[in-house]
Parts: sequence; C-alpha cells; structure tokens
Amino acid sequence: MPELLTVQNLVKHFPVRRGFLGRRTAVVHAVDDVSFSLGENETLGLVGESGCGKTTTGFSILRLIEPTSGEVCFRGENILSLPPERLRHLRRHMQIVFQDPFGSLNPRLTVERVIEEPLLNHEDLSGAERRIRVQEALVMVGLLPEHMTRFPHEFSGGQRQRICVARALVLRPRLVIGDEPVSALDVSVRAQVLNLMIRLQRQLNLSYLFISHDLAVIRYVSHRVGVMYLGQIVELAATKALYARPLHPYTWALLSAVPVPDPRRARQRIILEGDVPSPMNPPAGCRFHPRCTEVKSICREQAPIMRVVEDNHAVRCHLYEDGEPWNPAPPLHRKPEAGDKQPKGGNA
Amino acid sequence: MNRPAASPERFRHLRASLRLWGETLRALARSPGAVAGGVLFALIIGTSICFQIFYTKDPLAQDLLARLTPPFWQEGGSLAYPLGTDNLGRDVLVRILYGSRVSLMVGFASVLVACGAGIALGLISGYYGGRTDSVIMRVADVFMAYPFMLLTISIIAVLGNSIFNLILVLGLSDWVTYARTIRGSVLSIKEKEFVLAARSVGTRNRVILLRHVFPNVLSPILVLGTVRVANIIIWESGLSFLGMGVPPPMPTWGRMLAEGRVYITDAWWLVTLPGLAIMLTILSINLLGDGLRDALDPRLRNIPG
Repeated sequence: MPELLTVQNLVKHFPVRRGFLGRRTAVVHAVDDVSFSLGENETLGLVGESGCGKTTTGFSILRLIEPTSGEVCFRGENILSLPPERLRHLRRHMQIVFQDPFGSLNPRLTVERVIEEPLLNHEDLSGAERRIRVQEALVMVGLLPEHMTRFPHEFSGGQRQRICVARALVLRPRLVIGDEPVSALDVSVRAQVLNLMIRLQRQLNLSYLFISHDLAVIRYVSHRVGVMYLGQIVELAATKALYARPLHPYTWALLSAVPVPDPRRARQRIILEGDVPSPMNPPAGCRFHPRCTEVKSICREQAPIMRVVEDNHAVRCHLYEDGEPWNPAPPLHRKPEAGDKQPKGGNA
Repeated sequence: MNRPAASPERFRHLRASLRLWGETLRALARSPGAVAGGVLFALIIGTSICFQIFYTKDPLAQDLLARLTPPFWQEGGSLAYPLGTDNLGRDVLVRILYGSRVSLMVGFASVLVACGAGIALGLISGYYGGRTDSVIMRVADVFMAYPFMLLTISIIAVLGNSIFNLILVLGLSDWVTYARTIRGSVLSIKEKEFVLAARSVGTRNRVILLRHVFPNVLSPILVLGTVRVANIIIWESGLSFLGMGVPPPMPTWGRMLAEGRVYITDAWWLVTLPGLAIMLTILSINLLGDGLRDALDPRLRNIPG
C-alpha cells in the first residue's frame, strides 16, 4: 500500500506555567517520539489508556495543536512546515471525527449549515449545488435529507455522530482521524456507527487513524494497531498478529484486562502494580519499567528503541534486544489445558 | 449568495433561527415574573412613545400662579394638573413622561455602546489570547480601578454635557463588564469540539469567531444587558441629580428628584412620583432580565461542557 501519511518522531510537550510571571516550571511529555505510517485505504488503530497521548497525537497531525517537533508528511508534503494558508487548503483532505457528539456540533446551527461549512471553505458552489451535496452526505451516513433543517439537540447521540461523519466526508477527504468516535455512544449504536465507518471507508477509499481505548473496537476496525503508553508507541503490528501474539509486556496486561464472556474459560489476569507515572516526570530508561512484570536491570537505565522483531511487528522493549526473538509465553489466550482447574468465580 | 428563488426554501435559515428563539420565548412565557415584567415594560415603552397623542402639554410651560399644586386626589389639587405642579408651576405628569424618554434612551443607547465595545474587545481578547489579551485586559483593569463617577464627571466637564456625551461616557465606562463576561465565555467555548471541528475543516478565524463563538456567548450578554439598562438609568438619574447629566431645561427623572428635594417637606409628590417612575421601570426590566436568564439557562446547559 502506498503511504498516505507518515509521522516521524512526533513530539508534543506542554509547558506547565506557574506563578505570577508564568515561569516554565515543568513540561508534560504528552507525545514523545511517535512514528508510524498509514497507507491508502488502511485503518491504523491507536490504543492506550487515558492520558497516554493518543488524542494529542491525532490533534498534532492535523495541527489543531502545534507539535513541538517531528515531521508529519501527508502525500509527501510536510504539514508541520506549511504556511497557514496552504495548510488551510490542505485541510480538505484530512478530517476528524471527535469523541463527544454533543460538543462537536454548534448548537446554534442547523444540520445543513454544519455540513455545508467545509463546502463553503473549499468549494465554489452555488447555493443549490451545495444543498444537493449536503443532502447526499446525509443520505450517505444513513440520515434523511429532511433532517437538514433541524438543530443538533433534536438528534440522538448516534445520529449526531453520523452528522459529524457527514461533515467530515462531504469534501471527500483522503484521511479521517477518528478520535474515540464511538466511545460516547452506547453499545448498540456503537456497532452501527462502526459499520457505517467501515462501509464508507470501502466506498470512498478512506484511510482512518482510529483512536480508542477500547481494544475490541480497535480490533474490529483496524488493519494495524499501535499500542501507546505514556506518549510513546510501544508496539505496532498487524491486528491479527498483535492480538494473537502480543510482544510487549504492557500489551499483555492490556489484553488480559479484556473481559472474556465465557465463565468456563480460565483467564489469567496480569494486574499491573501502581499507577501510570506522571507524564511531567516520566521514568528514566523504559517508561514502563516501574510496572513491568518482566523488568530487567537494563530497563531502568536505558530506554529501549522501537525495533522490528517479526514481519511488520515492531516493539519497544529490551526483551527483544538480542538478535533472536525472545520467545515470550504471555499467559494469554492460552488454550485451556486438561490440567486447568475451573475457575471458582472471583477474579478469574 | 444564490439561493433558490422558491420562497419557503429561501428563508429556511431565518426560519430555523426564529424557531430556536421561539423556544426561549416559550420558556420565558412560562415564568409569571417575566410576563409581568414584560407587560409592565411594554406599557412603559409604549407610553413614553405615544403619550403625546393623549396628553399634549408643554413640559417647560410655567404657571407661577399654580405652583406646588398637589395631585388631583389631594385637597387643592385639580385635574388640570393630574399629578400636581412643581415650584415653577410646571406639570409634573408631562415632565415625568418626557423624562421617561430621556431615561430609556440614555439607558438603552449606553448599553448598546457598552455592549458593542465590550463584545468586540471581549471576543478578540478571549479568542486570540496572548499579548492582545493581556493588553486589553490591563486596559480593562485600569477602567475598573478608576472610580466611575469621577471618570464620568471629569469627562463631562471636559466635553460639556449633552445627551450624546452622556451616552458615550456611560457606555464607555461600562464596557469592561461586558468584555470580561464575553471573554470568560469565549475561553470556554473556544475549547469546544465544534470550534476545533471548524478549524479542522479549514474555516478562517474571523468566520469561526462570528459564526461559532459569538452566537454561543450571546445569552449571558442578553441577561447582563437588561440588568445594566436598569443600572444606567439609575446612573443617569444620579448624574442629572448632580447636574452633570442631560443639560437643562430638558426634564429627566434624576433632575426632577434633585429639584424637588428642596421642597420635600411641602410637596412630597415632586420627589416621590419621579422616584416611583424610576422604580417601576427598573423593577420591570429586572423581572424581565431574571426571566430571561432562567429561560436561556437550559439552552446554556445544552451547550455541553
């Protein structure tokens, strides 16, 4: 797949200002050295717990916040060095769907005015042509043309999210960033919106950067998955490989936290100790070492780098440092063996 | 913009926004206080505009023989002067009626001036932030720190007193309240996802400010404005009382109070009646403002935060 978007060494630090003169007292390392690429028609899932920098990564790519350093190339053009007016024109190709379907629509504009806004900015259409485009967009996301004259508060959460998708797609962009687009929806609606997004991806040849904390959602929509922890991608692999054979200890822990809807199946949980360290003061060495179950002495001193250990499977961990891939036996997805006892309820 | 000529389609945006305001109005109509205030206020406005049809007297005509005539229901009063006369024999009723024009005009015009300046500066300050914000807010601090009466009196003293100067001065000394309120609302609105969404679809800052931010910070200003109208009317009365308001001999409620003060023991109506007029006007505006605040509140909560 040709690359549509490449992100290299993306860094975003937020200065923490305190006191009367607003001196810089600390720096929040929200995103620290994130690199990945996204092909045409591909969905890359970014998964991680809250505060790990997923959203900041997404916003930085669109320059909704200005990243501190790094490079974001969209169709070979470095977005981060574009002058404002060029960037504004490029925005028609990159869109975003936000998490909160209640906050992402201006309560004072009708649906028509919401969806026509991108058209007003980027295309020179007559009023009638614009209306037709708006109606097409509404139909495309499974709403009715006559919904055009209504206000956002007259819709349910799922419908509002469809309106947001329509706004994002009315210009036929190449890249859509989904910033937790279904997290605020209830489960039944969630599947509908996900299926809608997958269908539209096929129809319109879209590439998605899909940000979520929900492992099941990510698994459902993504071709490849990046696992983030404290501002870094710790593991990046094809979805199947990642879920079948996770390499990073953090990924083990994440996957072991997914509830299994089968009471007979033995499940071993990896319970991480402690909290996520503050991004204001990330641990030296590997950022995960204070909570890692496999910690070695090198982890405390030296930060591991991202290395490809298997086909398209990269991981940021010292366990895979030596040439031969260390063969982990993550206590996950293990077939129940004959000797396994049935769990007796509780924390199985 | 080329809209299709079909008429119902043509005004659909207007109809939609009317529908939105219609909801607020319906909520307003559910509050008895607001309805009472609204009716009273409409009466006051209506009277002050149309009274000349029914009551054509000259507010400046003096009748020295009939000076200090009491209102008609008191002994010695007559229907020729329904609310009595003042120390120069001028009709109190017609002076109160003319005074209502000055008070209401000064009140609303000053609020408009203050709103205009405050909204523009508050929007810019809140949205662009940074150095622009600091400069505007420090200027606002200076205005806040300066005693309002002193400021007004000194400006009037320099510019001379006319209705226009009065409106300008009252407006300019009050813009800070609006600017601060607006700035606060803008700071919260500009973090909303719909503003980010507008940026991400490539909308220019100017358009975002007018199309997305401004309409959503309007509600608090509407409420604030009604309260300030009442305040300005009191300020105008105070200034007129001090002789710094509208130039004589134009009758204003404040000046009537000031002139009547001397005769308060002999002629209670000279201060009581204009005072009552001020009170009723302000009461009606405040009732309306309170109702408006409650009616707009669910809409405010509708902007998720």
